This record gives sequence, C-alpha cells and structure tokens, in this order.
Amino acid sequence: MTDKFISIEGIARRYPGAGGGTTTVFEDFWLSMARGEFGCVIGHSGCGKTTVLNILAGLDEPSEGTVIVDGQGIEGTSLDRAVIFQSHALLPWRTVLGNVAYAVSSKWRKWDRARVKAHAQRFIDLVGLTGSEHKHPSELSGGMKQRVGIARALSITPKIMLMDEPFSALDALTRGTLQDEVRRICLETGQTTFMITHDVDEAIFLADKIFLMTNGPGAVLAEIVENPLPKERGRIDLHRHPYYYALRNHIVDFLVSRSKSFAAEVTDHDPRHVPTVRPGLPDLMIASGTELHHQTSWPGLSRPSTSH
Amino acid sequence: MTLSLRFRAAIVSLALLGVFLGIWHLATRGGGATANMSPEYARLMGLTATQGKSAMPGPLDVGAKLWEHLKRPFYDNGPNDKGLGIQLAYSIGRVGLGYLIAVIVAIPLGFMIGMSPLISKALDPFIQVLKPISPLAWMPLALYTIKDSSISAIFVIFICSVWPMLLNTAFGVAGVRKEWINVARTLEVGTVRRAFTVILPAAAPTILTGMRISIGIAWLVIVAAEMLVGGTGIGYFVWNEWNNLSITNVIIAILLIGLVGMLLDQVLARFTRMVTFPE
Repeated sequence: MTDKFISIEGIARRYPGAGGGTTTVFEDFWLSMARGEFGCVIGHSGCGKTTVLNILAGLDEPSEGTVIVDGQGIEGTSLDRAVIFQSHALLPWRTVLGNVAYAVSSKWRKWDRARVKAHAQRFIDLVGLTGSEHKHPSELSGGMKQRVGIARALSITPKIMLMDEPFSALDALTRGTLQDEVRRICLETGQTTFMITHDVDEAIFLADKIFLMTNGPGAVLAEIVENPLPKERGRIDLHRHPYYYALRNHIVDFLVSRSKSFAAEVTDHDPRHVPTVRPGLPDLMIASGTELHHQTSWPGLSRPSTSH
Repeated sequence: MTLSLRFRAAIVSLALLGVFLGIWHLATRGGGATANMSPEYARLMGLTATQGKSAMPGPLDVGAKLWEHLKRPFYDNGPNDKGLGIQLAYSIGRVGLGYLIAVIVAIPLGFMIGMSPLISKALDPFIQVLKPISPLAWMPLALYTIKDSSISAIFVIFICSVWPMLLNTAFGVAGVRKEWINVARTLEVGTVRRAFTVILPAAAPTILTGMRISIGIAWLVIVAAEMLVGGTGIGYFVWNEWNNLSITNVIIAILLIGLVGMLLDQVLARFTRMVTFPE
C-alpha cells in the first residue's frame, strides 16, 4: 500500500444553482499524495481546482466526503497546512518582518519577541529578502511580495504547503527565479506541496505528480501524470531532456482537447482508481529500445558544444 | 523663476483676503456728515446718523475687539460676561464628552454590525429611521428625561456624532478583504486576536474617516444646542451678543467657531493619516 499522507476521499462541492437546482462543480473526487511529494493540479478555469485547494486548506467545506491528512480527518483551517495565496495576501500595515512574525507568533504563542524575530528572520533569509525586513509590502515588487508569502508559509513549518497559482501574477523572469527558489526549498526541506497552476511548464519543472482535471461543471480527475524527468533538473536545460516533449505534449493535448471530450469518451472512468501515466517511457522504449539504458545521465546537463 | 505652487497659492489667498477686508472696510465706513443737526441731538443719535456710518462694524472694529478678547481670554465677570477662552472651553468640553461616549458606543457596535450579517439586518431599520433625525429634535425629550440642560447638550452631541462612526465602522469591518481574513484563519488566529490584529488595522482608515465626519457634525451642532440650552458655551455667547446687539462680538465668535472647527478636523485628519496604509 502506498503512503497516503494526503488523502482526499470522495469529496463533492455543490452550489445552489438558478431556479432551485444545484450546480455540481465536482463530485466523487479522490486524490492522494505521499509525504514529501510535490503535486500540481492542472485544469481549465471553472473546473474547481481552487475549491479543491480551499477544501484542503480548510477555508471551504466539501458538500460530501472527507479529507485525511497524516492519518487525521481535517476540520477547518490548521497551522499544519500553510497557504500561499495567488494575491500574496500580505497585511499591508505590517513590514516584511511583521508579516512573517505574525505567522510565527500565531504558531508559537508563548515565544518571546526576540525568539519570534530570530525565527522569522531565518525564513526571510531563506527566500532571499535579507535587507528588506523593515519594508512595507507597498515598497516591494510583485516577486518580492510573493517571496514574503512563501517565507510566511514556510515559517510555521507546515506539514503541507498549499499554493494557489502563486506565480500567475508575475512576469516571466521573476516567475522563473521564484520557481527555482521554491524547488530548491522544497527539495532541501522535503516539504509536501500541493499546487494549482495554469502553466504547463511550471508543472513539469516543479511537480512529481501532475493531476489533470477535466472541464467543469462535473469535473473529474482524469489521470495522474508521473513526472519522468530526474529529480535534479534545471529550469534552463529542462527542454533538452528526451522525455520532455512527450510529457509536455501529453499535458497540452489533454488541456486542448481531451479535457473537453473526456466525459463523453471514457465511460468506465473509476474516480477511485484514476490511471497513472508516465509519458515518454513507452514511446522511447519502442523507438530506441536499448538506448534507454545508456541514458543514465541526461544529455541536457552538459552544454551542447561539449556533448560530442 | 517659478515659485512653488504652495507659495503662489498663499499669495493668491492673501490677495483675496485683502480684497475682502478692503471691500468690507469701504462698505462700512462713514461717508462724512450727512445732515446738520444740533450737537446735542447728534450726540444722542450717534455716528450712524451723523456720519452715515453703517451699523455693521468694519474690519478695524472687529480687529480691535478681537485683540481685547485675546488679551483677556479667561476673565469671568459673572454669568453673562465670560472670556471667549472660557466659552470655547465649555463648548469643546461638551463636544469632547459627547463625542467620546459616541466613540465608545459606535465602534464596538459597528464591529458587531460589520461582523454579523444577522445583527446588521436586524438593526438596519432602526438605524435608517434614527439617522436622519435632526439632533436638535431630541432636545425636548432629552431635557424632559435628563432634567439637566448641560447633560442634554452632551446627549445631543452624542446622538449626532454616533451615526457616521457607526456606519463607517460597520462598512469598514464588513469590507475587510477576504484574503486577509483567510490569512488569519489559516494561522488559527482566535476571534479576539483577529479582530485586533487584522480587522481593526484594515478597517481603521474607514473608521477614522467616520470619526472625522462626526467631529465636524458635532461642532456644527454644539452651537445650535448651546443657543437652546443657554448658560455657557460659544453658541450661547453668539446668542447673548445678538441680544446685546454687539455685532462685533458675533463676528468674532463666528470666526473662532470656524477656526476651532478647522483645528478639530485637522487633528482627526492627522490621526487618519497615521492609520492609513499604502497598498
């Protein structure tokens, strides 16, 4: 049996619709993740991604079903589950240090001021904001604000970090740098992370498992894509990996066409046993058979000019 | 060379003041002897009849009288002759007390209305009916039940300044961004701590704006209230000087009412700036 650190069990979310009926965003939704895994949910707007995350965070309640984290059913919000909000949600009247310290002092209420400050400072340093502790959020760029959001979430050493499209409001360069930071931090700390994104490349770079959701209403988790790329991947060389395009095309194909037609095409979909796919592997084995064994290291790691 | 906008505006302001004072002076000065009359009769009739001088005092008269008042702001020669400083102190004291009670009532109540949709809906009809009532309409009722004119005036100040604060507090509290509330929720911050660390700072600019509107209304109302209840205060002073037909003192009182009102507003504006946060 696999380690189910997070287990979402048969949750549904319904809203009262117009004319007395109900709108079902999703139902019978099952998802599980192991400790230390990085999971990404991809799907179009309106499929209920954010609702799943909010339920996991305890900010929203499912109409049916339960969520179990670390062997316990969740009830409301918890300091074990930190949320990084899309809009960073910093308190504008507090400084960077004040925002992080607020989280720290919420978790450890008996700590004295100096201890809270020292702990908060450690996480501000971790996200590379040393020197900006006493600035207010209005004096920071979008990327720096989101760094504070990450520091705040990490400072309470949560069991799970939940991220709701954390980088979608940032420019491409800043987004890239922050993705690097998040990946570094998650690998270093073994943080279990659940993230929602629109960005296929972001998911490929960051996630161990990518959860594909069909279009709502009545959205389902269609399949789980296991990331075949090696753990120590770099953002710059990512696209040179032989599995990269197979993986990327698989996800893009899903988003472009299969997310719409899935319900009509797959009639025997069992939401409790969602198929797991590992794009890249079978194709490559067929195409280049034995060559696979030679690729113990990944060609992208070396510069193109020196690869021969 | 171009001067700063502020400096140029100050020049224009001063020029306008000069023009106004000049016109005032010219309009109220005497126009020389108007009629031949016996000196005894002329003395009886005064300058208004003999020199064509207006009954309205000129700026120089007002200035001289104001200087007199400023030299002795706190004299007390009995019930109907007190220094302007004493009269203003009475008025400011009443406003301060009524306003303080209004703050103590309006802010917690506004918090409740803002946080609970049930209380908000339940209290809404009462607020809608009570809010448009002129504060002075409460005066007879207050005099009858309280049986003390000074406390009645304080009650009227309370009732007129409570509404803007109440509504702004409720509005500010209800409008706190959902994401900030969610931050507090995910950090398991308790209700009381959440109220003080998230809702209060987030709503503070709106609350202070309500308090600033309230202090303005309270200062408007105190003059009218004191005219009714009498005894002390700048409002009573205006009415008393009207009865004395001392237009000079009335003008001085008007000027001072304006200045104190501006001062109160500036104090609240400063507090508002202190709690405002840039986003």
